[in-house]
Amino acid sequence: MSLARDSSSASLFSANVAGTLRLIVYLALAVAVMVADRRIGILHHVRYAASVLIEPVYTLAALPSRFGHMVTAAVADRRKLEQDNTRLRESLLLANARINRMRALVEQNQRLKQLLEVQHSLGMDVQLARVVGVDLGQFRHRIVLDVGSEQGVYVGQAVIDAFGVVGQVIEILPNSAVVMLISDPNHAIPVMVERTGLRTIAYGLGATGQLVLPTVPMSADVHAGDVLLTSGLGGRFPSGFPVGKITSIKPDSNHRFARAQVAPAAALERTGEVLLLRDLAPAIGPPQLADPVGPPATARSSMEEPQ
Amino acid sequence: MSRRAPAMFFALSIMLALLLMLIPLPQTVAAFKPYWLALVLIFWVLEGPERVPLGMAFVIGLSADLLNGALLGEQALRLVVLVFIVTRFRPRLRYFPMWQQALAVLALLLNDRVLLLMVRAFAGDAMPPLEYWIAPFVGAALWPFMFLLLDDVRARVRSHE
Repeated sequence: MSLARDSSSASLFSANVAGTLRLIVYLALAVAVMVADRRIGILHHVRYAASVLIEPVYTLAALPSRFGHMVTAAVADRRKLEQDNTRLRESLLLANARINRMRALVEQNQRLKQLLEVQHSLGMDVQLARVVGVDLGQFRHRIVLDVGSEQGVYVGQAVIDAFGVVGQVIEILPNSAVVMLISDPNHAIPVMVERTGLRTIAYGLGATGQLVLPTVPMSADVHAGDVLLTSGLGGRFPSGFPVGKITSIKPDSNHRFARAQVAPAAALERTGEVLLLRDLAPAIGPPQLADPVGPPATARSSMEEPQ
Repeated sequence: MSRRAPAMFFALSIMLALLLMLIPLPQTVAAFKPYWLALVLIFWVLEGPERVPLGMAFVIGLSADLLNGALLGEQALRLVVLVFIVTRFRPRLRYFPMWQQALAVLALLLNDRVLLLMVRAFAGDAMPPLEYWIAPFVGAALWPFMFLLLDDVRARVRSHE
């Protein structure tokens, strides 16, 4: 009996010492690679160097989803397309009307800011990018864009869509970029409540369509339906972009803070096009001198002429 | 030449598994995506362990990490462990009836998930949601079909020579 048990040697490690040794060597190697990657981030360098191989694979992997989009576009029935068209036309009209009204306000705002001698708000430049249909792991909220360092994308750029903040660029390859969505469990974004100006931080939960504000003071005036904007603190996301809307708020387990659930404003689960924000001027250094506010420029230049 | 075609088929199946890993599924079924690479490697170890030495598993895992961009060495570690266990139990697994084999695959994939959880925990990631545990069951359910398909193609490739 005992002999039979020995010969079958059910245990994983006793049968073949050399094999076990090899396992240990490879495990140690894998752990060493992981630690090295975690500490000095070799993965990004290796990935950048291997991008010649990686990017074609991404294009290949994205083919089915692109094909799917093409098929849905081809077979979508005419009525639905017409409906979409009228709906989009209406929303464009509405948006244009809003922009026209906003333009006056922006100019007024600019004038008032100059009067207050506030530094000019940074100008904003955008770049359109298409989402490549590649899955980088089910529980990591990341997307791949079809632009990279060759197109002037850099790590840390904020990514938005028509409805709000999508995320930020965390890695670049020559012709593609990896974006961490705001719903990633490792992501946090400084926000403020639009109505009251209360500043806090919204964390991703790893669930699509959900963010959380874990540390809202109990006394704060925050309730469901409040809109969150980026606060601009931290300098990564420019201020004033919609992040989401509070769906519910209740005290946390030890009643120190209130915990608010937030529905992101951006369409995070939809693929399509996104915008990459780019600062026009570096935020470092002394502020630019504000133009003196006064009579129109033509009058001023004519005054300077005689000298 | 007679050794060339199966080797080609091996490489092709690995590449296909890597591609399937990257191809996105619709949001609602995304959590059901099985670990294709593990299934394919289990098949090849059962066919003949000399084709997939631990070093091969390590290299395949590293290339998967390179494509995936998560953490270099993560899948290398998982696949080395997986291939090691399958190699050790190969004499028995091979002669299991299909449903028992599927159960064994389920155990292997669950073990792989636990391993991944440990790696992620050390790396400081958050606990994954409950859907995290669905994929191994999907993988085990797909195993019989996958085994039959790959076995059939392999037999054809061999008879073609």
